[in-house]
Amino acid sequence: MSRREPALRIKDFEEVSPGYTAEEAVAEANRCIQCKEPHCRDGCPVGLDIPTFIGLIAEGRFEAAAAKIREENLLPAVCGRVCPQEAQCEQQCTMGKKYDPVAIGRLERFVGDFELARGKEAPPMAPPSGRRAAVVGSGPGALACAADLARRGHAVTIFESLHKPGGVLTFGIPEFRLPKRVVEAEIEVLRRMDVTIECNVVVGRTVTVDELLEEGFSAVYIGTGAGSPRFPNIPGQNLPGVQSASGFLTRVNLMKAYRFPEYDTPVRVGSRVVVLGGGNVAMDAARTALRLGAEEVRVLYRRSREELPARREEIHHAEEEGVELMLLTAPVCCIGGEDGRINRIECVCCELGDLDESGRRRPIPIPGAGLTVETDNVIVAIGQSPNPLIQRMTAGLETLGRGMIKVDPETGATTKRGVFAGGDVVTGAATVILAMGAGRVAARAIDDYLRGGNDFWE
Amino acid sequence: MFKILEKVVLSPSVNLMKIEAPRVAGKARAGQFLILRVSECGERIPLTVADCDPERGTVTIVFLEVGKTTRLLGSLAAGDGILDVVGPLGNPTEIDSFGRVVCVGGGVGVACIYPICRAFKEAGNEVIGIVGARTKELLFWEDRLREAVNELLITTDDGSYVRQGFVTDVLREVAEREPPPDRVVAVGPLPMMRAVCGMTREFGLKTIVSLNPIMVDGIGMCGACRVTVGGRTRMACVEGPEFDGHEVDFAELAQRLRRYQDMEQESLARFLAECDGQC
Repeated sequence: MSRREPALRIKDFEEVSPGYTAEEAVAEANRCIQCKEPHCRDGCPVGLDIPTFIGLIAEGRFEAAAAKIREENLLPAVCGRVCPQEAQCEQQCTMGKKYDPVAIGRLERFVGDFELARGKEAPPMAPPSGRRAAVVGSGPGALACAADLARRGHAVTIFESLHKPGGVLTFGIPEFRLPKRVVEAEIEVLRRMDVTIECNVVVGRTVTVDELLEEGFSAVYIGTGAGSPRFPNIPGQNLPGVQSASGFLTRVNLMKAYRFPEYDTPVRVGSRVVVLGGGNVAMDAARTALRLGAEEVRVLYRRSREELPARREEIHHAEEEGVELMLLTAPVCCIGGEDGRINRIECVCCELGDLDESGRRRPIPIPGAGLTVETDNVIVAIGQSPNPLIQRMTAGLETLGRGMIKVDPETGATTKRGVFAGGDVVTGAATVILAMGAGRVAARAIDDYLRGGNDFWE
Repeated sequence: MFKILEKVVLSPSVNLMKIEAPRVAGKARAGQFLILRVSECGERIPLTVADCDPERGTVTIVFLEVGKTTRLLGSLAAGDGILDVVGPLGNPTEIDSFGRVVCVGGGVGVACIYPICRAFKEAGNEVIGIVGARTKELLFWEDRLREAVNELLITTDDGSYVRQGFVTDVLREVAEREPPPDRVVAVGPLPMMRAVCGMTREFGLKTIVSLNPIMVDGIGMCGACRVTVGGRTRMACVEGPEFDGHEVDFAELAQRLRRYQDMEQESLARFLAECDGQC
């Protein structure tokens, strides 16, 4: 797959790679040895029939490959780009034991893009059931749930709090990793399936879950995600020049601040940027900062390279583009200059100790091993918690720690009658594919419930 | 699109708009705000809900034209549309029967305290309204406010109307009365709220302020609106906008509000050049 040079990439917001050509896709698909027991499939959170779709690509039957993927995954153009394949399907690939694994993600993206370029058709729909369901949020999990419910014949309305649908796909993941035209095209398919999308509705404020149930929605799915930024709780964290990655990325992605002053929303990037955290969001923020003209971008992470939660490809792209990783380094406090703005960040070096409850080695600060990093912009990307509003405003909806909604994992049923939930709002921040999987599990249960087959609250 | 049904110019650069937004109108309570985006390239800005009519499905906003977005909004007329309106956001004012409540409004904050005064009065409080403006022609809603309070006290910085002085001068006199106020609510420019809190602290009067930090989403996701209150980081959009004024770090908030100042000015300059003084 051809890739654009890093020096060129950081000048714009275009993708790293234009994707496979048809010839390249067929050649890569032919590397698949069609294992009798395909482990790649076990590695996929939604159990996609990977060997079959790759076999169809090898035969040049791209449309059939698309149909095959669609059975389990509605957003291949998205997942092919953002799934952590190296820790899922590609990790299990037999070819990978001796050679490079088959590039399953890139093949999936190829099929997804092929389908979108042809004008993706709405899937066949069941006759109308006469039942209405509300879906709260419009991120990947909510979209998957809405699409499955619509296919089963239910009238679905999506309520989105922002002015544009797509959730994290729209406001979080940057253009150079997931072009917004891809997200818009996928959402267009839902509209063609007669799913109503109502933006500017904050469920919990504009309308409550109980009111939706009274308004004639027989079931409500909550897929509001984990978008509430965490802060490190260190002195100086609210100084001007310290911002959350979600805020920074929302300005750039949703509000198009990278096109200021054509777009009104400003974004300030500074010249010496420090990003705190080591996940995909941290890499996205670091790479976005470079594209906005930052001279130096450092990612501070308190554990070692091995524990970095970001996709390997994102780390590789970031380093290639000039992002410097400062590993085993933890922030201690932010210090402002005479103008009151952030000026430097005091850090401490760490070493790794025993495993913690997350199964990773715990970072332990080394006494006396402090260092100072000069910076004019700190971007905090140390994780997000579930959006808190709906939990707080809905009586009878039980939560676990950190505002995560309690559900039955088999069905997505919450403790409140007629209300289901899934994705990051249940699990805490995870992946696009897991949220989609949860949305589909819930859609099956909701369908069952709407048709009077199963009452999960009896 | 959210249609503007009515526009009133209240004073030079202060406009009132009634917007058709039935969902918001049905839900808004005193102290809450909405976020709007005028056009496709526009920013999202928070504005306090000054009034609403659930039956007609309208919300009223009052805004001062300061930057590009508020000037662009101000250039619209009845019949025009606003691209996005979302709300109500934030927590409503805590309304209870406190006894004697003083509501202080400065600048367009006068419009914000109107629904708060009304709600306090309906809850059985004795409500004293104190409003201040730079000069007489910037004052508005005197009659409306008078109906929502038991006593209305007015000051102008230049003495062009009623009495010369600042709202804090009047507030001091009210604070010295017997019995003293049970609660003070202040909404207005940051320096005013800060001054009010400095004064009421001397008297030990519980004071609630409505903060106006920079916001993007308004639902707790961007973190731009975080403020330090009582040493803790709080999000004004979902945990506020009202906080105990004696615990707010105003100096930090003032600095954070200036974060994009030069870019805001650039945006405004471009806008003014484009419309050639016509708006």
